Amino acid sequence: MWDLCTNALDTAKLRGATYGDVRVMHLRQRDLTTKNGQVGTLAQSESLGLGIRVLANGAWGFASTDRLTREGLAACAAQAVSIAKASALAKRSEVVLAPEKAYVDSWQSPFRKDPFEIPLETQLALLLAADAEMRQVKGVTLTETDMQFRKIDSWFASSIGSRIHQRKVISGCGIAATSFQGEEIQKRSYPNGFGGQHSLQGYELVESLDLMRNAPLIAEEAAALHSVSQCPEKVGTLILGGSQLGLQIHESIGHPIELDRVLGQEANFAGTSFLTLDQLDQLKYASSIVNVVADARLDHGQGLGTFAYDDEGVPAQCTDIIKDGTFRGYLSNRETAHLVGLDRSSGTMRTESWNRLPIIRMTNVSLLPGTWDYDDLISDTHDGILLETNRSWSIDDRRYQFQFSTEIGWEIKGGKKVRMLKNPSYSGISTEFWNSCDAICRFDHWTLWGTPNCGKGQPMQTVGTGHGAAPARFRNVHIGTAFSNQ
Amino acid sequence: MKPPAQNRKVSTASSAGAAELLHERELRRIVDTVLRLAKSTGAEEAEVHVDEVADALTRFANNAIHQNVAEHGLTVSIRTVVDGRTARATTNRIHEDSLRSAIEVSLSLAHRQPKDPRLLPMPGKQRYRAVNRFIKQTAALSAEERARAVRHACDLAVKKGQVAAGIYSNGQSQSVVGNSRGLFAAYRETHSEFSITAQEGPAASWAKANSTDVRAFDPQKLAARACQKAHLAINSRELAPGRYTVILEPAAVLDLVGFLFYDFAATALEDKRSCLNERMAKQLFGQNISISDDVYHALQQGAPFDGEGLPRQRVLLVDCGIPKNLVYSRAAAQAAGKRPTGHGFALPNEYGEAPMNLVFGGGDSSMDKMVTSTDRGLLVTRLWYIREVDPYEKVMTGMTRDGLFLVENGRVTGAARNFRFNQSLIEMLKNVELLGPAVRATGEEAFEMVVPAMKVRDFCFSEVTKF
Repeated sequence: MWDLCTNALDTAKLRGATYGDVRVMHLRQRDLTTKNGQVGTLAQSESLGLGIRVLANGAWGFASTDRLTREGLAACAAQAVSIAKASALAKRSEVVLAPEKAYVDSWQSPFRKDPFEIPLETQLALLLAADAEMRQVKGVTLTETDMQFRKIDSWFASSIGSRIHQRKVISGCGIAATSFQGEEIQKRSYPNGFGGQHSLQGYELVESLDLMRNAPLIAEEAAALHSVSQCPEKVGTLILGGSQLGLQIHESIGHPIELDRVLGQEANFAGTSFLTLDQLDQLKYASSIVNVVADARLDHGQGLGTFAYDDEGVPAQCTDIIKDGTFRGYLSNRETAHLVGLDRSSGTMRTESWNRLPIIRMTNVSLLPGTWDYDDLISDTHDGILLETNRSWSIDDRRYQFQFSTEIGWEIKGGKKVRMLKNPSYSGISTEFWNSCDAICRFDHWTLWGTPNCGKGQPMQTVGTGHGAAPARFRNVHIGTAFSNQ
Repeated sequence: MKPPAQNRKVSTASSAGAAELLHERELRRIVDTVLRLAKSTGAEEAEVHVDEVADALTRFANNAIHQNVAEHGLTVSIRTVVDGRTARATTNRIHEDSLRSAIEVSLSLAHRQPKDPRLLPMPGKQRYRAVNRFIKQTAALSAEERARAVRHACDLAVKKGQVAAGIYSNGQSQSVVGNSRGLFAAYRETHSEFSITAQEGPAASWAKANSTDVRAFDPQKLAARACQKAHLAINSRELAPGRYTVILEPAAVLDLVGFLFYDFAATALEDKRSCLNERMAKQLFGQNISISDDVYHALQQGAPFDGEGLPRQRVLLVDCGIPKNLVYSRAAAQAAGKRPTGHGFALPNEYGEAPMNLVFGGGDSSMDKMVTSTDRGLLVTRLWYIREVDPYEKVMTGMTRDGLFLVENGRVTGAARNFRFNQSLIEMLKNVELLGPAVRATGEEAFEMVVPAMKVRDFCFSEVTKF
């Protein structure tokens, strides 16, 4: 693979590139689903190709190909340089990159059981058994299960001399029960909505989930939701379960801190950010108990945003985002770091595949654990609502105003969960919401959740991000907004 | 097999154009090779999809190009059948040994699962209606031409003291599907798109067009429109949330009604996750609402065949507000005792089918007429981050974006801060007062469709944001 990279870089240099980096990537994926006791999707895929990014005449060009012959690579590299020269026809300034060392390294994410070596029969048998457990519950009208496994090899080479090979193994698994009764569809998912939990692990992730114990529980909840009260509309105390809080972090902290958004580079599509450059080190983003980091290092956990080097050849780092409630840092790359006074990229350039340009993405943007035991948090809450498992999410294009709904809610009275609620939702303004946080559970309730479907960029690319979170409490939140006028 | 990759042409560096697609006969050779190998490997039946894409996209922000990309790729996706079981394997490596390996993976997956009681024999040879959606001028648009057009658009923004961001893209793609029962279908098309957001201080507006034919839109006119509306959007004022009459531009309509498409899948009703369960043949929407699925419509794009290679049929989904018909894959049709409509996804899958080429019936009301007939309402340019809150009542939430304007006494009187909406689509389509002519609309939440602008009463805005 290094020969492919070197050939492409040599051609680019000959054509006039002043900088170049190449990613050869080999992606393998297996998808399994069941529905109502039958196998749904059963597919495996692989994709191998090369993408090259170059600077010429002070502007960027990128081209990609799956034609990995000497001629194909030369044409691809030449095309990238020509595109860069075309970009220079409409540039306002020269691209300047923050300095970075050259690295020669090889890294593999840790896993105990290669999911591609686990017999398919074993995987399907587990999904079908969980599916059968859910179907036994009266009132359940649709059962779904899924597993997804990926193995991604990438070879990164740059004209400053880096040669980095990384292998990542990613697993995901989830189950869901849906119930249609009367004029209502209710759904419960485990361990999270929209495909379950995903992480940088092997098949051991699936084995850790205990699908068989949880399948009947969520099925019974899906059926029971029809006969419980609607979540009331009010301003009150809210407790978010870990997975929902993970998505709250993603939308109202993770996206606003992307420096390309802040600088207007995503204005036409993903949007911009309320975190203008004057807010750094000034904005009281959250209450003083809130600490958030963007941490791509393995020390943080095996998340979807964990790696050894980003796709620009910068080592994984931990960046303070919110420290004791104050806004402290952005996600940057080599091109933007100097704009916030940094002398080095924070290492967040990531790509979906060989045919996509690396862009600034979240790594593992996590809320650090607090001090509360979960049971103590509930018993300390006189009047509140606990929400679990995301059902819908939406936020404006500058990341101020959000609304989430979840699959299930629980009313808390006098320190006890007293009844189930259906159709719960809440909304707010990002900074007001985070400043209302008054309790965060401790590390033994903390999970590094995976969001496998974060879309950004044009052409659109989807990457996985990690979000560590433990249940937390928020005061004076607008609850029940989504259904208030229906 | 000699790898067709040797014959793939890549344009010279001087033009920086997109790679050329293989000739259809080269794709047919890949199909034939796979079918021959599959037969020799023990597959009872085999199906092959070959998809090739050559796309380029120039992206600009802060009045300059900041990203500029091109891609070329080809994938071969193989489904085999053995003993009532089926599975799929996909590769982009087209040497014969790689294709053989993919067939073996597909067979291995197929063997190791329970029998599929709904699996049907593959369809035989079909007849297809010809559609021509490959425009040479679109395919030939170069990086230099895109850059010059972007430069002109940015210069306009600079002249007006604004900041522009957007994309200009073009590309070509082709798909063939063939199977061991003699079916073979081929399709190629071109695509192009220009989108621009103009920002003036905290205000912004947006314009976008999309076509098989790059000559069908003028980037400079789109830029001028976005700049003009961005200027109108300055000094926005905060209005109270509540129910308003809204005038939805086609892009706003598209991004909302785009969430209805899967509800018309027969499999969605069978699974009881469609909002049409127990609502078929009833007056669900207003009598002025009719919806078809029609891949052959002059403003539509896409292949005239489905994932199994069946010809797509035009289907009247909603007639004068009454849901009349669904779309059916072969398996869904078999289960329901109906005829397949050519809307199935590639097998195996759990979703069945969906209408992918929606065409709404339009009206004759111009945007001006909608404005002049409105005592008090809001003109909506675009919607954003739309998600489903309630799947049966089809309550959607999302935000207005890039130009929300107050209409008073028949004219636009100023800009308003953006709202969050929580609105049932079923209710909305009961409340449509006026319809514009149906046009090819493009947004960011749904795939392109043919829809009209709409004037809708009692649209529910629940909260306001800070800009």
